[in-house]
Amino acid sequence: MMLTKLTTTAAILAISAGAALAEYPEKPITLIVPWAAGGGTDAVARVLAGGLEKELGVSVNVVNKQGGGSVIGHSEMLTTNPDGYTLGFGTAELATFYWAGQADAKASDYTPIALVNFDSGAFHVSASSEYGDVKAALEAIKSQPAGTFKVTGTGTGAAYHLAFAGFLKANGLDPLAVTLVPSQGAAPGFQELAAGGVDFVLSSLPEGTAMMQANKSKPLAVFSDARIGAFPDVPTSEEATGVAFTGGTWRGVVGPQGLEPEVVKTLETAVLKVANSDEFQTFMEEKGFGVRVLDAQGFGDFLAEQHAQVGIIMNDLGIAQRKE
Amino acid sequence: MTGFLEGFALVMQADVLITMLISAIFGLFVGMVPGLSATMAVALLVPVAFTLSPVAALATIITCSAMAMFAGDIPAAFLRIPGTPASAAYTYDMNDLVRAGRLGDALGMSLVGSAMGGVFGAIILMFGAPLLADFAINFSSYEYFWLALLGLSCATLVAGDDALKGWASLTIGLFLSVVGLDFVTGIQRYTFGITNLQAGIGFISVMIGAFALSELFRKAAAFEGETNGPGLAISGRPLPTLRSLWEQRNHIGRGGLIGTLVGALPGAGADIAAWVTYAVSKRFARKPELFGHGSVEGVAGAATANNAALSGSYVPTLVFGIPGDSITAIVVGVLILKGIQPGPLVFVNSADMVNAIYIIFLLANILLVPLGVAAVYLGRTAISIRDAILYPVILLLCLYGAYAVSNNTFELWIVLAIGVLVWIMQENNYPAAPLILGLVLGQVVEQNFMSSLIKSDGNVINFFNRPIAGVLGVLTLIVWFSPIIMGILRRADTAPESTNKT
Repeated sequence: MMLTKLTTTAAILAISAGAALAEYPEKPITLIVPWAAGGGTDAVARVLAGGLEKELGVSVNVVNKQGGGSVIGHSEMLTTNPDGYTLGFGTAELATFYWAGQADAKASDYTPIALVNFDSGAFHVSASSEYGDVKAALEAIKSQPAGTFKVTGTGTGAAYHLAFAGFLKANGLDPLAVTLVPSQGAAPGFQELAAGGVDFVLSSLPEGTAMMQANKSKPLAVFSDARIGAFPDVPTSEEATGVAFTGGTWRGVVGPQGLEPEVVKTLETAVLKVANSDEFQTFMEEKGFGVRVLDAQGFGDFLAEQHAQVGIIMNDLGIAQRKE
Repeated sequence: MTGFLEGFALVMQADVLITMLISAIFGLFVGMVPGLSATMAVALLVPVAFTLSPVAALATIITCSAMAMFAGDIPAAFLRIPGTPASAAYTYDMNDLVRAGRLGDALGMSLVGSAMGGVFGAIILMFGAPLLADFAINFSSYEYFWLALLGLSCATLVAGDDALKGWASLTIGLFLSVVGLDFVTGIQRYTFGITNLQAGIGFISVMIGAFALSELFRKAAAFEGETNGPGLAISGRPLPTLRSLWEQRNHIGRGGLIGTLVGALPGAGADIAAWVTYAVSKRFARKPELFGHGSVEGVAGAATANNAALSGSYVPTLVFGIPGDSITAIVVGVLILKGIQPGPLVFVNSADMVNAIYIIFLLANILLVPLGVAAVYLGRTAISIRDAILYPVILLLCLYGAYAVSNNTFELWIVLAIGVLVWIMQENNYPAAPLILGLVLGQVVEQNFMSSLIKSDGNVINFFNRPIAGVLGVLTLIVWFSPIIMGILRRADTAPESTNKT
């Protein structure tokens, strides 16, 4: 009797779960953006959400939960109910919180759905700088005691800080050879560069456009495999130094643990379709964002790889609270 | 001149003028809600602005922010609750003036001052943008450190009657500013394992708690049954007399100048402009003892400054693409999306657009006067609603304002905690303003101090050997030590006298 009851209940549950899945999505989806409204991540998320609405047939609402260097939004998207109606727009910082002791979750704990963007870091100097190429700058860094040169444009432990340190390491230098002067984003960093307070800025190429036009700064190299379309004169890391190096920041759709595989599949298909659409690609190019699309499988490998790499470089920099 | 005419033609389009009017009304409403700032009014408009033509989008943002900036003064005057952070500096002055039946000297002065400040800032923007931008671009962390420290030192000027209680309040504000992630190392400070505290104590939440919730507590504690309205008989015309305007000409002029300059500094916005001008006005005032208790001079200067700062913040935005405040940060985004790259070339490539911006500024600030008067009448009607209905609605709007900042219910706990704290403080005559100033400027001082030390390898001399930094540094030291030296001199003067008496 008891057993039959249980089986019936289980059967009803299974049927209703199946029915719910078949209809997914049947109500509005919330996309958590861990950065403030009006910023770059927010802009990409909103365009993506607009595309997803058409693909999924339900509204996709962007909710900004900024603060704590994005740790609050990133934590929220992991602890949310895994029903597929609350998703997150994860950014590169997601891989740093475990190592910085800000959160207990690793990058690989998130359910990957798809990666849509990768922005390569670029090495900028003041227009009046004596260094004409990165090689000369690296030679100068090598010849002076550590800490003589200063870099800014990013916060401590943020994606571009780690990319810069990784670049130094790849070229056989101590990642701590150049001291970071933390700044909140690229704009105040370029201001410091123009005011003569620092030697280098690390940011994406588009973030430096206004200062390049004002003849206040010049980019020496970009940390990518190939040159960036809008900036054909800026050499890649490999062209400039002989050492291939890619590094920068990225953005992608993630979910909490325990999402149904069918839900992930539906979302993955929709995100990939939007990310590969002309509309999205045109927007990204106009705003100066790089497009790099990875499916759930590829994004998962990418997250695991990021987790390991970030751990090593943060330990090198002495800003990790956990050992590798 | 042709560029100016082309710009004029761009603005005089039906769609631009209609969006201006709609966004003006929207800005007035948002500004009137305590906690919803001019920045938030603009942020709410962004999805709409993206769909408009570039000129209409800019018109929307400029008009909306100018209106919201003034509208913040309305609840400040009627309810002692500032509608936007930029009104906080002179809230008590306005309320006391209104209570004294001098509506024209409170809201009227702030309305005309706001409009004049906006026009003043726009004129400086038109003629001095390239020059000012070259000055502002030389500001690095050393200069910002001194500027913020100077602002913090001004806290003593807004401290109220008891300097020691002012300092105590400032110290609480400074303590709140260290909660969160350390700027340099990323280490957590006073977070007690609570993820939400890693974001630090939010400024908007504290402002709402300190000014709105504590005021509601005070009203609730003094509640004596049903009355009609907050027991405030509002009389007087909503505009100042020409005579009192003429009397305030120096304060309005100074407010316009300081506001534009502070606004032109990247990162320093209307809030800081209002506080700085308020403190400076007190120094030059004929009746400094009235500040904080209904000073027309304080209102005239600071209300002018916050609107002038709006115009000033477009200087670095247009010339270098570096936003002067959070509103122009949104403007940069809109411009880029519309295919206009801010930077020195914008004056060549999009001269008509730049001229259109100037014209919109002038137009919006002229429009401010009639719409502002209407809003004052509306506000006056709103507060004659029964207390039992009015205050719960205000509470709801306040809580919504705090929640809307980061869509996080945790902010509501901060509002409650700060509300209780400040209520207790004020019942014991501790002023709230220094607490706010400590929270806002504490972070700026710390971050720029740390950045400067890192850049100079710990060498303190670099704080003085840059020309602007040197001047600001010496100025700060004068502000610090002048009371001590004056005190010693005064004591030397009065000492023999007091011995005579005994």
